Amino acid sequence: MTRISVTVDGTTYEDEVEPRLLLVHYLRDRLGLTGTPIGCDTSNCGACTVDLDGATAKSCSVLAVQADGSEVTTVQGLAANGEWHPLQKAFHEQHALQCGYCTPGMLMAARDLLRENPGPSADEVRHALEGNLCRCTGYQNIVRAVLAASGAAGPAAAEPSPQEVAP
Amino acid sequence: MSERTTEREVGRSRPRKEDARLVTGQTTWTDNIGVTGLLHLAILRSPMAHARLTRVDVSGALGRPGVVAAFTGRDLAATTASLPCAWPVTEDIVLPDHPAVAVDEVRYAGDPVAVVVARDRYAAADALEAIEVDYEPLPPVLDLEAALADGSPLVHADKGTNRSYVWPLATGEDYGAVRRRADVVLRRRYLQQRLIPNAMEPRAVVVTPLAASGEYTVYSATQIPHVLRVMLSMVTGVPEHKLRVVAPDVGGGFGSKLQVYGEEVVALDVARRLGRPVKWTESRSEGHLATHHGRGQVQDIEVAATSEGKLLGLKVDLLADMGAYLMLVTPGIPILGAFMYPAIYKMDAYEFSCTGVFTTRTPTDAYRGAGRPEATYAIERIMDELAVEVGLDPVELRRRNWIGHEEFPYTSVSGLTYDSGDYEAATDKALALFGYDELRAEQAKRTESGDPVRLGIGVSTYTEMCGLAPSRVLRDLRYAAGGWEAASIRMLPTGKVEVVTGSSPHGQGHETCWSQIAADVLGVPFEDVEVVHGDTRSAPQGMDTYGSRSLVVGGTAVHHAARKVVEKARRVAAHLLEADERDLDFADGVFSVKGSPEARRTIQEVAFETFSSHDLPDGMEPTVNAEHLVDPDNFSYPHGTHLCAVEVDTETGRTSIRSYVCVDDVGRVVNPVIVEGQVHGGLAQGIAQALYEEAVYDDEGNLVSGSLADYLVPGAPDLPEFTTDRTETPATSNPLGVKGVGEAGTIASTPAVVNAIVDALRPLGVRDVAMPCSPGRIWEALRSARAGREAQKEGRS
Amino acid sequence: MIPPAFAYARPTGVEEAVRLLAGAGEDAKVLAGGQSLLPLLRLRLAFPELVVDVGRIPGLRGVREEGGTLVIGALTTHHAVVADPLVRRHAGLLAAATATVADPAVRHRGTLGGSLAHADPAGDLPAVALALDAELVAVGPDGRRTVPAREFFVDYLQTALRPDELLVEVRVPKTDEADGWGFHYEKFSRVAQAWAMVGVAALVRRDDGHIAQARIGLTNMGTTPLRATATEEALAGVGAAGPAGVDGVARAAQSAAEGTRPAAEPAVSAAYRAHLARTLTRRAVLAAARMG
Repeated sequence: MTRISVTVDGTTYEDEVEPRLLLVHYLRDRLGLTGTPIGCDTSNCGACTVDLDGATAKSCSVLAVQADGSEVTTVQGLAANGEWHPLQKAFHEQHALQCGYCTPGMLMAARDLLRENPGPSADEVRHALEGNLCRCTGYQNIVRAVLAASGAAGPAAAEPSPQEVAP
Repeated sequence: MSERTTEREVGRSRPRKEDARLVTGQTTWTDNIGVTGLLHLAILRSPMAHARLTRVDVSGALGRPGVVAAFTGRDLAATTASLPCAWPVTEDIVLPDHPAVAVDEVRYAGDPVAVVVARDRYAAADALEAIEVDYEPLPPVLDLEAALADGSPLVHADKGTNRSYVWPLATGEDYGAVRRRADVVLRRRYLQQRLIPNAMEPRAVVVTPLAASGEYTVYSATQIPHVLRVMLSMVTGVPEHKLRVVAPDVGGGFGSKLQVYGEEVVALDVARRLGRPVKWTESRSEGHLATHHGRGQVQDIEVAATSEGKLLGLKVDLLADMGAYLMLVTPGIPILGAFMYPAIYKMDAYEFSCTGVFTTRTPTDAYRGAGRPEATYAIERIMDELAVEVGLDPVELRRRNWIGHEEFPYTSVSGLTYDSGDYEAATDKALALFGYDELRAEQAKRTESGDPVRLGIGVSTYTEMCGLAPSRVLRDLRYAAGGWEAASIRMLPTGKVEVVTGSSPHGQGHETCWSQIAADVLGVPFEDVEVVHGDTRSAPQGMDTYGSRSLVVGGTAVHHAARKVVEKARRVAAHLLEADERDLDFADGVFSVKGSPEARRTIQEVAFETFSSHDLPDGMEPTVNAEHLVDPDNFSYPHGTHLCAVEVDTETGRTSIRSYVCVDDVGRVVNPVIVEGQVHGGLAQGIAQALYEEAVYDDEGNLVSGSLADYLVPGAPDLPEFTTDRTETPATSNPLGVKGVGEAGTIASTPAVVNAIVDALRPLGVRDVAMPCSPGRIWEALRSARAGREAQKEGRS
Repeated sequence: MIPPAFAYARPTGVEEAVRLLAGAGEDAKVLAGGQSLLPLLRLRLAFPELVVDVGRIPGLRGVREEGGTLVIGALTTHHAVVADPLVRRHAGLLAAATATVADPAVRHRGTLGGSLAHADPAGDLPAVALALDAELVAVGPDGRRTVPAREFFVDYLQTALRPDELLVEVRVPKTDEADGWGFHYEKFSRVAQAWAMVGVAALVRRDDGHIAQARIGLTNMGTTPLRATATEEALAGVGAAGPAGVDGVARAAQSAAEGTRPAAEPAVSAAYRAHLARTLTRRAVLAAARMG
């Protein structure tokens, strides 16, 4: 067992953990922070993406012991003072989720992108999300939501969808 | 109490109620569920496709730290029956026994062999390493045609055959006679590769027992809590009334969670044996082996037509890969496609036959579209070939054969009655959005200049039978369950409303759409409606969610139940207002007396009145709650036209989608933005079949695409921006006029993409590319076309 | 899904790390960013007794100049490599290729040294290191030694590193644009986050209207990354402009697959891989020579 101290969503936890314990299992099974889901075992899907010391990481591919002394932000720490993060709002408003399983990871990945590139193009959004798989949305509304949240929303995000003006 | 505005809810793009918990991480995925004393299951799976089990020894696992119990297949078979198949499509179907954990023989790589139960998931995973199994290898059975040949090794030796069933259909005139009078007969073979559904949430199940009373709660990542409850009771013997099944937040299904899985049975049985709560959570790579696959067919299709391109007849012979066992609806999947091969076209004769074949691979079953994408693919591919053969533009060929909008209702050659549609309108709209003529002109120019990057244009039209559906038709198809759906509405004393639905969402947005439907009928605010689902205790009746049926059947039930509430409330309101029921108007949630609008009661006030029951009409039950079960008398038939432009780099074989336009007609629309989202997701999965995805097996029957590193689910950069639009011809089979949208995009998009690829390469001699149309396959197709041309040249000289 | 149990050590210095590795022999695995090791552990494809987490050893991150050479700490993450101004200026090929590795989250954790030491021939960076004529510096019980990239990649997932050695830095000769160097990494994969089916790392130095020197690394064309030596030789002296130059490059690229041993996979034949290597080499060289 190894002693670790990790700050997650603003709360610091001290724990004894097995070295092999994955960060995502630490979050989910030890801390009960089940907002971060697990979607694969090869680090392809990105559902478990969290922010680790200011940059995204796939929490299934990080050992809890590697996070010792670190600050972790999960989807559960995004809202501030009861106010949703602009990306959370945008995902809701642009219908960027269906089953919602990929959403925590998508939000974290998109947040990371907007931190580095506050005014991305649609293409840049797609590439920034390349490590996050979604099986429901075909990504179109996710891209739309990230653009909307970026404040650099082009006409694609501002215009009503064809359905809304269809007969 | 708030009063609602008069704007209608149905037709509004309401952001979803579901999202609040999903965007904040306050979800209840099955794996999130923890209870005191929870034990974890882990399953040892066969590394071989086919082998006799000569020894399974779990004693080593029992000694491992944290291990509570371990079981072999033989142990569990003592208390559990065979896993169910609810769709024995023929009377003489070969239906093998399917133990949840293999007893004597393993029949696919991933077949469960033993189970360990431990105090945490790490200990359970470790203990699997200590189980000793002796496998005596048996030959794998992988090729569908070879499996049917005499002397083939058998998947189920006791059955004496790998043929599960032969299901024939012959409708209209005699196909042979029609064929004889045809100018053109085209025959093609298409392959539907196996797909792995890959819902983002892996499967999971938690069972909590109440040992004293023999009650069990089963939480499962399932699309079908109601069907699951019935089946689990039958398989385990736990009385149905002692069994509660809950589908909490479910992270996608696409058919893969329309199943009664061995792990659900095992978890329940182990919880019963140990009197302790247990959890099993699948890992992704485990799921690639253990969650059923989709597609897997060899399609021989033949069309007979006139030289003007008028279809006369159609003949289809399928070999359908069942995998090793028949699961819940395995045999029925190709049969769901049987009626759809004639598609939107008029013809005189149709002959169909499907042979179900056992192989030593993961069982197949429903995957988004289930039988109908396969049918649409084959007919739409061969329609393009026919267009070439008779020298017509592919759109024109379709025009010459489709059912005109004035001909509805129309009974198709396969016997379905299409109630409504307008194929011309959808196609015209799509062509205009796409810029069809301009793209054709550009294509010609690029072909002429010998551009190594070719432009191809693919068209696909489709209709589908969905909204499953009439119970009597299901009976005729030998499907064991019904096609009805249930809804009930509870008017709470404070004026809020609970809508209880029997359909069970996993991403579709029922909570939002059902609220919209109920709010309109009841005249209450959208926000005042709560939708209850996915728990057999609170939503006791239902047939669950699959086959684009939720809105068509479940939404209709909500509509009817709400109408019943209004009628009951009308009686109370009339009593309170001392008026005759016939003299009451009801609008925007308010009953008022005709001619004296100040005499009014809101429906919420009426609801409170039934709570106190101080002043109800004589003999009236003190409630305005209502329930309705609806069993539609027809399927619904969405349709549409999809157009895809691809650029194919003939040097590398890489395809990129330049534009994709679809115009779908899904009838009336409750929530446009949700419909659009469903179309997007469907397109993504259909395109993925065309370009990326395939469950690949090696010659020994090992699954090569065993993880998401090898099975290529497309990411955001791999898919184009879609242009979607709609036409709207209301369904006539339900009062909402809705047709269902869950599968449409998947059904139409695969042939649109492949038609575009072949269109791009046809001038180079390519006639077909097998899916997925990977760069390597396209390059090989180009290479063999070139070799063919050169051989021809040499032959001539 | 669940890694097997292992002992864990987090040394605070290189010497301590080497001591730990020497003590454990073949049973130890070095953990840097973990982006290759963690998936292997989770799929139970590796069973180390000891995992030596070198992630916190100071001094192994960052980029500095030493004359004509860039010195990149082995623990420098992909993300940091891509963003580093020195790398962009003096080893543009490395920055460009690293930007195609996996996805942003993996690039935040994964390290240059980790990728090279893992030596996956389908990884992008081993071929880039070959093309760059990089040198890899390892520290073992007997001190430091420098291994040229050409000798570093021994076989599939095998390097010249001994079990008790730790890769500490990567030395990259500068290939500045000002000195006539151009570069391009041409990666061909089926979906964005997939491994390269084939990749070509091209470095070309133009001089006086001709290609003076070309160095080409091939990803996933054998059990190790490879150099397209025949093409490199054929390119020397080819005109770097005009149709004749383009033809010359195309001719040279025809030999790009010589000496390679591409693996066949379902739907990816060895012949197709060889064809891709030739095609992508042509494209990469034309792009690197700014002739595309």
